[in-house]
Amino acid sequence: MTQRIVIVGGGTGGAVLANRLADRLDLANGDVEVVVVNDGPDHVYKPTFLYIPFGRRTAADASQPLVDLLDRRIRLVIDRVEGIDTDAKRLTLADGPAMHYDYLVLATGSKLAPEEVPGLAEGGHHFYDPEGAVRLRDALAEFESGHLVLSVIGVPHMCPAAPLEFVFMADEWLREQGRREDVDITYTYPIQRIHGLAPVAEWAQPRFEEAGIGSETFFNPEEIDAEAQVIHTMEGTELAYDLLVAIPPHTGDPMIAEAGLGDDGWVAVDKHTLEATNAEDVYAIGDTADVPTSKAGSVAHYEAGALADRLVSELEGRPPTDRYDGKTICFIEAGMDEATFIEFDYERPPVPRPENKFVHWAKLGYNESYWLTARGHM
Amino acid sequence: MSETDIQSDVTIDSRGAGCPGPLMDLIGKVKTADSGTVFELQTTDSSSKNDVPEWVEKANHELLDVVDHDDYWSMFVRKS
Repeated sequence: MTQRIVIVGGGTGGAVLANRLADRLDLANGDVEVVVVNDGPDHVYKPTFLYIPFGRRTAADASQPLVDLLDRRIRLVIDRVEGIDTDAKRLTLADGPAMHYDYLVLATGSKLAPEEVPGLAEGGHHFYDPEGAVRLRDALAEFESGHLVLSVIGVPHMCPAAPLEFVFMADEWLREQGRREDVDITYTYPIQRIHGLAPVAEWAQPRFEEAGIGSETFFNPEEIDAEAQVIHTMEGTELAYDLLVAIPPHTGDPMIAEAGLGDDGWVAVDKHTLEATNAEDVYAIGDTADVPTSKAGSVAHYEAGALADRLVSELEGRPPTDRYDGKTICFIEAGMDEATFIEFDYERPPVPRPENKFVHWAKLGYNESYWLTARGHM
Repeated sequence: MSETDIQSDVTIDSRGAGCPGPLMDLIGKVKTADSGTVFELQTTDSSSKNDVPEWVEKANHELLDVVDHDDYWSMFVRKS
């Protein structure tokens, strides 16, 4: 009888996993079927959004049809999974018939939830989806003077380096535009330093001082007064702004909590095997997996590689031995033409090095070649 | 090892957490909870013993107790 692996979500984790499985398994003989269920036809590479507000990329650059990225032997279903029955091993779909699985991989990713903070949707911009990034591009183009505030509100959030990158890029971009002297920039962060990873905070702090970027720490907005343009925090402080760029709260898919797989839409998993804690033959990768590292594309990529190896071993009757070790890689833009790079895992903290032009071009080069990653080639 | 009889409403298991870290996990949960909710933050990060009390004081919540379990700490916080 055919063993069916269903991957829910066709983002970085889902696409890499499906293609790695197609590469390793003999899908032609009918023993195994790989199905990807995605709620839209396109695969989106989210790191591109950072460049849209500065006019360096367009929303169209961030997406390609998923069907073009997946191996032809993978069955692609464009539909929305609305329910998971882990006892019956069955998925409920919005349009199509219920679907049985033998192995289920949840790769549904993060969703933005600005509505969790009153006034944020009306009073704030963001660059975490194409519409938001385009709207911010237009606002920045017209922003001649005033107080630009970048506020990290949602924790955890995708691309943990992106808020720092945004203010470094905004600083330099406004200088290029001849407007920097008329714009004050403030960056806010929820804890007592300017990034969750202490070495990254230590790298960024002197660069903030050099660039004249202000910072507020222990700063957790709980309400935005969009009319008065003032942020009110849990700590009882207020900050006035003229242009607010916020990192909105994130949530996972509500069906995950409904299925008893974890809180807030993140699946509780073993951090090495990625197996769900509360159900058999269920796994999670990418933002969906509740593991103690960043919600970053590189995490989804490396998790997908480890899980592909484990699933292939299991299907071929060998004990699975590959483990995800927490490997995370982030390029960090330090302006418009220099960047640094960090690599870390569950045991080893990152060591940021001084930025340079080469790493910036490496980041842009990787972004262009990302589609090879999605295809499972690198 | 020490003991407590505090009953928490929400347990946050941040043992082994790297980025974004235990304090961020706590802030995220406190943000959406009702006033009076008691949290147990489980952490293996020794810096939590400094940064959690600092934030709790700044945000005007209440640190009820810190329990040392040898291989992790439980920090009990009540939302104001």
